[in-house]
Amino acid sequence: MLITQLKSKETIASLAAGKKVFIINCHGCKEVHFPEKEAIELQKELAADGNVTGSITTDYICNPENMKLRLEGHKSEIEAAEVVLVFSCGVGVQTIAEYFEDKKVCAACDTYPLPGFQGVTPLEYDCDQCGECYLNITGGICPITACSKSLVNGQCGGSKDGKCEVDGNMECGWERIYRRLAQLGRLDVLKCPTQIRNFATDDEVAK
Amino acid sequence: MKITELFERGEFVVSAEVGPPKGIHIEHLLEEAKTYLSDITAVNVTDNQSSVMRLGSLATCKALKDEGLTPIFQITCRDRNRIALQSDILSAAALGIENLLLLTGDHTKMGDHPQAKPVFDLDSVSLIHTVKKLEEGEDLGGNKLVGEPPKFAKGAVVSPCSDSVDAQLAKMERKVRAGADYFQTQAVYEPEKFIKFMEKAKQFGKPVQLGIVIPKSAGMAKFMNANVAGVHVPDEMIEELKKDKEKTKAGITGVEIAARIIKECKPYCQGVHIMALGWESKVPDLLKLAEI
Repeated sequence: MLITQLKSKETIASLAAGKKVFIINCHGCKEVHFPEKEAIELQKELAADGNVTGSITTDYICNPENMKLRLEGHKSEIEAAEVVLVFSCGVGVQTIAEYFEDKKVCAACDTYPLPGFQGVTPLEYDCDQCGECYLNITGGICPITACSKSLVNGQCGGSKDGKCEVDGNMECGWERIYRRLAQLGRLDVLKCPTQIRNFATDDEVAK
Repeated sequence: MKITELFERGEFVVSAEVGPPKGIHIEHLLEEAKTYLSDITAVNVTDNQSSVMRLGSLATCKALKDEGLTPIFQITCRDRNRIALQSDILSAAALGIENLLLLTGDHTKMGDHPQAKPVFDLDSVSLIHTVKKLEEGEDLGGNKLVGEPPKFAKGAVVSPCSDSVDAQLAKMERKVRAGADYFQTQAVYEPEKFIKFMEKAKQFGKPVQLGIVIPKSAGMAKFMNANVAGVHVPDEMIEELKKDKEKTKAGITGVEIAARIIKECKPYCQGVHIMALGWESKVPDLLKLAEI
């Protein structure tokens, strides 16, 4: 099981502030607990500003074929948007971010683990369910799973020819992040405050 | 003495690196340091370098300090969580060690205990941030320190000849913003790349020490090209090392190459950091030849 929990209202508002937004909700696999009611309420508030170009509620967006099919009917709404705001687990956000190469894709949720079956996701992307989703400051590529040291403040000095020091077959996750941010024209995101991980988050959810 | 004081005075700061032994006998290291490194500004002590378990950096720093040398305590985030890191940093201050070099560290898989758990609770940037907080009298948990807080020269590293140099510069900027006072670089064999890098790094206004590894042989150069991140020894240097086998064996060719690189880069940087890797005895000759 896993839980997706909405990021704070202020965080989500700052992601959407003054921008045209398309919203994707993924109610996911049966193993995901999604904050349906809270999400609807928050999205109503966002829509009241008149900046939401459209929205879709679906399942299994982590399956790229399924996702493309579902988004087919919303092309113009998506084109009109500057930000695609995704309410899903980390795998869903990464799948969407990879699909929209030139669009700012943001995570509106943090994902936490619960014991038990972890759901059905394709193997290309991974979500560590760290509870403090970093995808909004890494161009939609997860630094926890794409970097062998799970670094959150940029790459170490260990990559050689773009490959990780630990595994010569693995691309340096942070070089991928850097390239993606450059492609999106969002390198300024790297000037964000120093990130310090909070390993206590799962306990806090359990409280 | 903090090495930042020397940078501030406009001095060209020379440091060299020593690696503690795998065992408790430190006499040889101290003897070499006293003999060959006592004229330079400071001596870096590596922290379980390449993830190979050795005698501790902090204990070695203290031993060097007792011999009258100025140690730079290298600390990686691989083996300690934020509690142990802060505790060791306070210990360093209590022992009178004022210079730090704060690193992420190689992965455990690179070393002689590949089964070990890699920690990386913090990384180089958040570790610099943490030391800065300690200097302000507060730990990372937000708790006040008792009494006068410690003060350090906070060093960091950067890889100027990396194939992803723009990403390196972005990371360097994060380190500067977190509070890094000075930088030491990965080994440089391509002065033109280093000079280009320094043109961009200048904007951060922090002193940079050129990293030098004396090339011992063509084999070593080829090995580094294949295995060491951010290091490329150009073909003509490898040819030079091959040419006069006797000279290379005696270390003369390598020292000549290193001296040439230092001379070429000196106008663009604020110091040099020599990683002699067992060739500490060559350091005085190298500095003489580089006219430092």
